[in-house]
Amino acid sequence: MSILVDRDTTFIIQGITGREAVTMTRELLDYGSRLIGGVTPGRKGRDVHGVPVEDTVRAFTEREQVDGAVVAVPPAFAPDAVNEAIEAGIKLIVVVTENIPRRQVAQFVEYAKQEDVRLIGPNCLGLISPGKTRLGGVGGAAESTRVAFQPGVIGVMSRSGGMTTEIANSLSEAGLGVSTAVSIGGDAIIGSTYAELMPLFDADPETKGIAIYSEPGGRAEYELAEYMAESGSKLPVVAFMAGRFMDEMPGMRFGHAGTIVEGRADTATEKITNLAAAGIAVAERIEEIPQRLKERIEQIEGAS
Amino acid sequence: MKLHEYQAKELLARFGVPVPGGRVATAAEEAAVIAEELGGGCVVKAQAHTGGRGKGGGVKVVGSGDEAREAASEIIGMQLVTLQTGPAGLPVASVLVEELVEIERELYLSVTIDNALGMPVVIASAAGGMNIEEVAEEHPEQIHRAAVDPTVGFQPHQGRQLAFAVGLDGDLLRPAVAVMTALVEAFEASDGSLAEINPLAVTKDGRLLAADAKFSTDDNADFRQQELVAMRDTAQEDPREVAASEGGLGNYVKLEGNIGCLVNGAGLAMATMDAIKFVGGEPANFLDIGTANSPEAVVAALTIIGADPDVEAVLINIFGGLARTDVIAEGVVQAKQQGLIDQPTVVRLAGTNVEEGLQIIDDSGLDITRADGFAEAASKAVEALG
Repeated sequence: MSILVDRDTTFIIQGITGREAVTMTRELLDYGSRLIGGVTPGRKGRDVHGVPVEDTVRAFTEREQVDGAVVAVPPAFAPDAVNEAIEAGIKLIVVVTENIPRRQVAQFVEYAKQEDVRLIGPNCLGLISPGKTRLGGVGGAAESTRVAFQPGVIGVMSRSGGMTTEIANSLSEAGLGVSTAVSIGGDAIIGSTYAELMPLFDADPETKGIAIYSEPGGRAEYELAEYMAESGSKLPVVAFMAGRFMDEMPGMRFGHAGTIVEGRADTATEKITNLAAAGIAVAERIEEIPQRLKERIEQIEGAS
Repeated sequence: MKLHEYQAKELLARFGVPVPGGRVATAAEEAAVIAEELGGGCVVKAQAHTGGRGKGGGVKVVGSGDEAREAASEIIGMQLVTLQTGPAGLPVASVLVEELVEIERELYLSVTIDNALGMPVVIASAAGGMNIEEVAEEHPEQIHRAAVDPTVGFQPHQGRQLAFAVGLDGDLLRPAVAVMTALVEAFEASDGSLAEINPLAVTKDGRLLAADAKFSTDDNADFRQQELVAMRDTAQEDPREVAASEGGLGNYVKLEGNIGCLVNGAGLAMATMDAIKFVGGEPANFLDIGTANSPEAVVAALTIIGADPDVEAVLINIFGGLARTDVIAEGVVQAKQQGLIDQPTVVRLAGTNVEEGLQIIDDSGLDITRADGFAEAASKAVEALG
């Protein structure tokens, strides 16, 4: 099992003829993902590494089942691409594009919620269920991705795309492996937060623990802590909180307006306190994460 | 990107926010002329990206054109030091010469994005003219807010509710709602990240005026805000941060320690800083090259790091996902060979093409220390300080 995707998940890439998307296409095909097509307006009839290109998303959805879309369109055009995928009825949309104006991110995140679409990102590297499929560039080349992401029992959620792979790598080296890893995106506003994805991991019999990578800014950890307290989730969660020393660092650029809105809740120290109060272990170093998870999984299995 | 006060006021005025009469001057003589136009009595305000300008000697009330000339000649060219600028201060190249306003009371009004809600939010408080963060901290009940739903926009009833909450009733109700509506329009049309009027003044003659204004924009929207981008004053920013952003090199942050850091990805940047602090070191800066994937980009980035006089050791921490570590290694070797980083250098590479990357470092024969993992990389960088 896995969350959001499985071996049979079909998807398209919007903006497939862009330079980075072409590389991603190669890596996804090498990994065994069921990438069935790509969209670039005006490029119908071409192919990218054998993947057919159409002008519109509907050209695919009208003739076959499309489970997901990866949006790799430049920032000025990405909001339109996301809205097009939502309107075409696609229910899982991964937005890898970064630097999309925030006003429009707010708009399409809201639209996706209204239409019951699971949106991941923006500014993310996508998601992977090791050995099954991958949507987005997370992990990079197929070969190194197989090394870093070995099939296993830990769900990973990370605000940083690169750190998704760092953490997965440490879990794989420790023999725990990964059930599904989601790079949720580094923007202030994102489609799916930890707390919104957590119920999916709770429902996945294969997942025995969760590793999250987190940063100062925003309220996502606070919401996760609330979810853990209210839902009665049994999954052990270990968080790595980057930027804990930022609190005391003069000169560090920090979201001024965000601080007004959210108060103290978004410093690293305050977040660590919140997470710990909800029973979430906070690792001081990346290297500690697998061991902390192993201990907690053994505790739970020993008790049952 | 931040605008100066005079630029923010010009922008807000265009959307219908009432602002005091006045203009910007870059020379003392010009300031005198504007003061005479305003009838002599006016205020001369240093234009710099900082609050607390009055306490730093950047704001002077004058009674005549001659006094305005004198005040402007003192302020223009000064290095304005305030609680927010640090000891070096910020250069002042212009002053805003403005009519004197007789203020009865001061309020606070702003629009920003509430990231948790994922929507813009209008914030109003009767406690104006003060540090709003302190007000939020000590008197949260004095902060009132209304979310702007992207599907329906800001509604007049939300404005009325905020106006009543901060005591803007009677004849001030309609102007108050108009100011809020104009502020939201300016914020949205200009891709704002913060539009702030503090204080929003109620004058003795019963008008509402934006006595001071701040406006900053969402850098992601620069491509469609060329008019605002042209107003950018890079003299107000750290020159190295400007060099990094103009060279498309990603995000540079200056810190106060002595270890320079080159990383790819904001997450890796923060985790690297933590690892350095964990073993007792202090980062001097970090440059996040993001997805840059060429030796030239690495050389350019290391040039910036190597030129920082505070840097006594360099730590390069790269996890190759989309980036190839062999390409990064090539850049590191070139920078070292060209003498751009003469400080002791520690490199940790992992991920895509790591064997090739490490081979390039080894084959170079240069004095570069290799490390595995965060903890070891950080320890070796601290040891390298000697």
